Amino acid sequence: MNQLSTGSAASGGSNKGTSAVGRRTFLRFAGLSSISALTLTTLACEDHKPIVYDPNFIDLGFGDVGIMNLSYAQEQLEVAFYSTVIESPAFNQLSAEEKALFVDLRDRERTHLELFRYLLGDKAIPMLTPNFDNIKIGSREEILKTGHTFEDLGVAALNGAGRFVTDMELLNLSGKIVSVEARHAALLRDLLHPRSNMPGSFAGDDIITPDTGLDRALYPQQVVVLAQPYIKERITAERIPVQ
Amino acid sequence: MNIFQIFSDIEKIDGDATERLSFYSRRYFLRKGTKAATAAALPLALASVTQEAFAQSTEVQEVLNFALTLEYLEDEFYKKALSSSLSFGGDRSVFEQISKHEDAHVKLLKSALGSAAVAKPSMFKFEEVFPGVFSDYQTFLIVSQAFEDTGVRAYKGQAPKLYKQAVLTTALQIHAVEARHAAEVRRIREGRVWITKNEPDGAPAAVYAGEENVVQKVDVTKLGPGFSDIVVSEAFDEPLTKEQVLAIVSPLIVM
Repeated sequence: MNQLSTGSAASGGSNKGTSAVGRRTFLRFAGLSSISALTLTTLACEDHKPIVYDPNFIDLGFGDVGIMNLSYAQEQLEVAFYSTVIESPAFNQLSAEEKALFVDLRDRERTHLELFRYLLGDKAIPMLTPNFDNIKIGSREEILKTGHTFEDLGVAALNGAGRFVTDMELLNLSGKIVSVEARHAALLRDLLHPRSNMPGSFAGDDIITPDTGLDRALYPQQVVVLAQPYIKERITAERIPVQ
Repeated sequence: MNIFQIFSDIEKIDGDATERLSFYSRRYFLRKGTKAATAAALPLALASVTQEAFAQSTEVQEVLNFALTLEYLEDEFYKKALSSSLSFGGDRSVFEQISKHEDAHVKLLKSALGSAAVAKPSMFKFEEVFPGVFSDYQTFLIVSQAFEDTGVRAYKGQAPKLYKQAVLTTALQIHAVEARHAAEVRRIREGRVWITKNEPDGAPAAVYAGEENVVQKVDVTKLGPGFSDIVVSEAFDEPLTKEQVLAIVSPLIVM
């Protein structure tokens, strides 16, 4: 099974070694007290746990847990994307500076991924299997374009989910992450379009509504529809309330 | 008059006439808003922010007026720069794009607040506080980066006050655009888009105070190999309180 790689040795989710299990158990235990604050309201509900109906169908969960799992799924996708790109033949088309930036992008997304994994504890969805059959990473241009598409989607997802978050700490955390995703989107767009050709592409009219100056915001369910083509398992955000 | 005055003024107005003001404003705005929406086919987000802003508490109006004040500052900064003799190298269009967004943010927030909107400050002291800002491109870039990163941190600090409201979405949508701007200015300056720890990077130290934080409920540096304090501090942008932001921008503003 080709699970999403978190890059280098950090892939605790697929590491079956005894010490790794010990570490994971500890993290899970340590995470229990912290997660309780995050999910105080949802714990009261019987159905707060992600329900795996079958191996190819994953429920992100109820309320804040669902929103966190959606972010966790996107971080998994981003880390898998950067890891795949870094090992792809076309990576050599990038300049030395661009290569270094891609490693930086992967490493920063990895911290998001590991934090969500830690905070979710036993409510985390499993590691997903990427389906990158549909993405194009055969050239420098395709790599940059696909990258900013993922990052733009990450921004829109966190923008859209914010008002449905009930836990204040999760709201704060999402805010700390979304602006970094926006920085990443701007970076990849800036690399893709030389400033002399398309100087406003970092925040282009294709993504920022010109007359309001607003970035996109998407409902969790819309995000799932857009992310689904890149994930082998079917995921659902049905139980994330949107009012 | 200093910037703190704006907020107490609004409180006074609201304290005396909240009901009358909000009722009148809401009706006025809805009437006007409907027309505008039909004419310009504005997105739904605008309708929701405007309607909700006036169904809302003084606290939300305060947040929006605080945001509007920062947007006035940024808007004026880029307009002044673009109409000055400053040489932007090949990057003039970058700042035209940024300026377009700041102008749109001012208009959006003003229309959301209607009659409750704070007035634009009478004067901005860019050149007094940052000598050479409109003649030396590197100085201009530092100030631009400082304004954009301060904007990102300011919106982030206000988000909890808009908890569960539609207007939170709008604030987050602006917040992300400020982050894109900050990233682009950083690209032009030094190629990298992240805030590294609390390094002032040429800007006043207060702009990046607290950015060195690596604890997000847990020390994130402990969660994986290679999660250095530099990597983790860059991966999470930190908020500023309203008071911290006002301490940064007040010297620039004459009401």
